[in-house]
Parts: sequence; C-alpha cells; structure tokens
Amino acid sequence: MTGSGILQGLAETAKNFVGSFTHPAENLATIEYPEQRQKLAENTRQFPFLVFDGTDPEAGLRCVACQICEKECPPQCIYIIKSKAKKPDFVGKPQFFPAVFDIDLSVCMSCQICVEVCPFDAIKMDQDFELATSDRFQGLLFHKDRLAKPNSHFQKIHPTEAGETDTRRAADLEKAQAAAAKAAAAAAASAKPVATPANSPEAKNPPPASPAAGTPPM
Amino acid sequence: MSYPGAPAISFQPRYAPDGTEQDGELLEVSLGPQHPSTHGVFRMDATLDGEKVVRLKPVFGYLHRNHEKIAEGASYLAAMPYTDRLDYFCSLTSNWAYALTVEKLAGLAVPERAEYLRVITAELTRIQNHACVCGFLLQDMGALGTPLMYAFRERERVLDLFESLTGARMMCNYLRFGGCRCDAPAGWLDAVRGVVAEFPRFLDEFEALLSNNEILLARTQGIGAVSAAQAINGGLTGPLLRAAGINYDLRKVDRYGIYDRFEFRIPLGEHGDVFDRYMIRVLEIRESLKILEQALKTIPDGPIIDPKAKLRGFRPKAGEAYGRLESPKGELGFYLISDGGPNPYRYRIRPPSFINLTLLEDMCLGRPLADVVVILGSIDIVMGEVDR
Repeated sequence: MTGSGILQGLAETAKNFVGSFTHPAENLATIEYPEQRQKLAENTRQFPFLVFDGTDPEAGLRCVACQICEKECPPQCIYIIKSKAKKPDFVGKPQFFPAVFDIDLSVCMSCQICVEVCPFDAIKMDQDFELATSDRFQGLLFHKDRLAKPNSHFQKIHPTEAGETDTRRAADLEKAQAAAAKAAAAAAASAKPVATPANSPEAKNPPPASPAAGTPPM
Repeated sequence: MSYPGAPAISFQPRYAPDGTEQDGELLEVSLGPQHPSTHGVFRMDATLDGEKVVRLKPVFGYLHRNHEKIAEGASYLAAMPYTDRLDYFCSLTSNWAYALTVEKLAGLAVPERAEYLRVITAELTRIQNHACVCGFLLQDMGALGTPLMYAFRERERVLDLFESLTGARMMCNYLRFGGCRCDAPAGWLDAVRGVVAEFPRFLDEFEALLSNNEILLARTQGIGAVSAAQAINGGLTGPLLRAAGINYDLRKVDRYGIYDRFEFRIPLGEHGDVFDRYMIRVLEIRESLKILEQALKTIPDGPIIDPKAKLRGFRPKAGEAYGRLESPKGELGFYLISDGGPNPYRYRIRPPSFINLTLLEDMCLGRPLADVVVILGSIDIVMGEVDR
C-alpha cells in the first residue's frame, strides 16, 4: 500500500518521542550541560600540563628542560628556555629546569606525543576544557606558572597512570638512595684511615631529600 | 520580469524535450562552498538547461592545508596525529593505514592483541561512519534532523568508547608503528560488547524508519547510477564500487591484519544507484557487527606493541612502501619513500573520497538539480580527505 512505509517510519518516531518522556534514561542522549556534567573517562585528554611534586611549583617541577617534547611536538607549540643554574631533582641529582616553558594552546592539537616522549613523567594531559577566553593571543598562551599543576591533580584525573608513575618513581628514588648510601659508606670507609669522617665531603653530604621523598600520593 | 531596465535573462530551457533549440539559455549555478548541502567547503559549478544538469564542475581546495608536505618535514611519528585530520570521521582507519605503511617500510611486526584492537577500533569506526553517512544522505533528501540525530545518538556511544580507549573522541591518534599506544582500560571490552549487542536494535529502528519509505525510494532508486565498467574505469572503491556489483573489498582481497580469521560477507549491489549505496552501507554495518562479535570473543592477552619499535629517533631504512586498507569510504592508501632519514622523503596519500568524487559529473548529467545534492550525499565525501 502506498504510504505504508511512511506510516511505519512515523510509528518509529512516535515511539521515540513518547519514549523520551516515559523512559528518559534510555531515550535521551543529551544532558543539560552547564548544570549537569558528564563524568569524563579516565583517559580523556585535552591539553598538556606540567607536573610538580610537593607544594612548591618552582622547586618540585619535574621538567628538566631536556626539550625533547619541544622537538617532537608536531605543530611546534612548545617553547622552552633552559635555565643557567641547576636544582636537585627528586633523587637529588642536579638538573636544569625550564626558565621559560610556554605552550600555545591555540596551536596545540592535543595529540599527546609530548607525554609519550617525556622520559621524566613531567608533562601530562589535563582534562580541563573550559578555557574559552576573549583574549585571543595571550589568553591561550600558557606560561609555566599556569601550566604547573601538583601531582595530586594528576592523581585525581588519571589515577591508574599516576599510580604507575608514582610506583616507578618511588622505586627510582629507593634505588638512588641505596646507591647514594653505598657510595657514602664506601667513601667513609676509604676516608677513615686518613682523616676523621666528619671532614670527608662525601660523608657530610647525604642525598638531599626531595619534596616528594616518602610523601604518599595525595 | 518586465520592468524598465530588467536584465535580459530567460529561464526557459535552451532545448525543448524533442531536442530542438529554442529561445532559452543555459544557467550557471554555483553550489557552495557555503551551501548547506555540500558537505563541507565543496563547490560545484553546475550548468543547467532548465532544471537539468548539462555540465558540472567540482571545485575544491578550500580546505587544503598542505598535509603531505607537512608530513614530509615532520618525523614519522609526528605525522600520525595529522592523519587523524584526513578523514575526521574515521581517524582510526587513517591511523591504521599510515601505521600499516610504515610497518611495511620498517619491517615491524604487530603483536596479536594489537591486531585485534586495530580490527575492533576499525570496525567501530566503520559502523559509526556508515550510520552517519546514511543520516547525512537522508538529510540531503530533506529528512531534516530525525534520521541524522538518530544516527548521531548511536555514534555518541561509539565515540564514548573511543574516548575511554584513546583519550579523544575524534582525533584519536591511537596507533603506533608496531602496535597500539595503550592497552584497553579495564572494562572497555565489556563496554564494546554492550554497544555491539545494542546496535542491531538501532539498525532495525533505522530501517523501519526509512528503508520502505516511498519518498526515499522515489528519490534514490535509479538516481546517479554508475555501471560496473564505469566504476572500474573511474577508480571507484568502497561502497560505491560494491553498489555497482563489483566484489572488491580489501579486507578480503589483501587480508591485511588478521581479517582472514573472521567470517563475514561482502554485500553487493546491482544497479549502482543511490539506493544501492545506502543499502550497502546498512548491510555493511551488520557485517561489521559480526566481525566485532568474533573479535571480541577471541581477543587474546599479551603485549600491545612490538618491543623493537622505537618512539623517538625512528629511522626506517631507505626504500619505499605502499600500504592500503579498506577505510569506510574505500581504498585508503599511503605511499612512502624513505631515504633513511627521520622524516619521509615522499609522503603521498590515495584518498578514497577524492577519487570517488571524480565520477560526480557522470552521475549527475541529465538529472535535475535536486538530485545532484542526493548524489553528492551518497558519495560520502569528507573534505579533510579530499583537499588534504
């Protein structure tokens, strides 16, 4: 019968229309966004941020300004200037730090390659997407102070990945401490016959405790 | 139009139905690039005789962004996120085509679990692409909103899966040379099983909504038909070629990846018209669901990336490779020449929707202007891929 196909289709739309009132959970695909919010998937990524340990974004910044991410970034949106001085990293080894670390979010395409190539677990993907600004250029050019976020934030948004990272870093720290202790002991043993241990520079300088050392993940 | 100073334009056809020339003119109509029916920034210069198309010139390049040259200047890895932006509906198949080519070039093997993850993501991509194409096609026919929104509702579910696996809904950047970037998170495979089990319900609904609709049949049957010989000469691939009755699907022909392990059929059309293309896509979704069910049943545990594969400092030895696969739109090929350096010497893409577009004029000649929009919708173009 001519028109039966159209009627069949109309029945389908009517079913969906009525269903959206009677069974909204199954039939409504949308939510009222600013008031209601969807829980983001753990892997969701938006833009990169820099992780720091402890509470001080300057002292605890994991980035050592190796500039690998700057080289590998496909749209070249990262800009780094290496520091002249060095600061101890989490195992106490003196490392450079970024004097300037900028990411131009208007250029960034959220590909996550900087995160993958970073050997120091210093740069990770954030989930903040409400970054709209009326300042077209400076508003989206994020400097180091705005990019640095604590490890607790990383723990909150990517718990699985952050847990693995923290375990690995704790193991690294333990290894470094053991090595340092062994070196100190060896130095003390060899220094003993010559002079008092107090004068030996190695024995005097145990590895400086990093802000993260022993701190349980927040 | 008879007012003082009116331009001398006649809207009469130049040729009468019996072929005799009369006092009319050909009219050139520029459709697009802002025209809502043109699928992105695509322009058609149609020359009309009355309402019939006598000449049609596709004009593109508005979205050209130098993809190939950018990739030749970037490292092999850095080109991967750009491939997402080729066909932004099917980023995972574009990723796969590129990874397949580089693996061929560098001789990397892919672990079994990664192959399964690739098949699962590629088939999910095919499902959501075909669902959306059917929705867009119907929107072009005037079914504004409803079918497209139903298709998008289902696409949302698939995109949610992509988001929880890869981190992004559309620009996934998931595959790496020699495997995948990360393993499926806990519970992800079960979520896929849920979507795959739910999807046939949507297909039944979609078909009940439209497949018997008399208006749809009138607007699509016999429209834009391409013969088998014409399709082969034009280099068509994908659903368009199969709608013309040619049994050519790279999943069966090349058996790339692990497609030889799955049982599925290739739906074939007879007439090569718009209706066959629509129907083939609906049937292909059902076949993809079959592949997904089998893959989800047999996916093994194990590593997801070749341990030899290097992320940084990746330099394949000098040589060339062409890798291709069956993307939802047709044969997507990448051609790479390596000179042993960190970036490809030549990087070339064979985009399926660009080549499928070449027969647009032949499909449209002699048809009224209203059919042009429907025919264009049935080709399934994405300008990101056409213009690169």
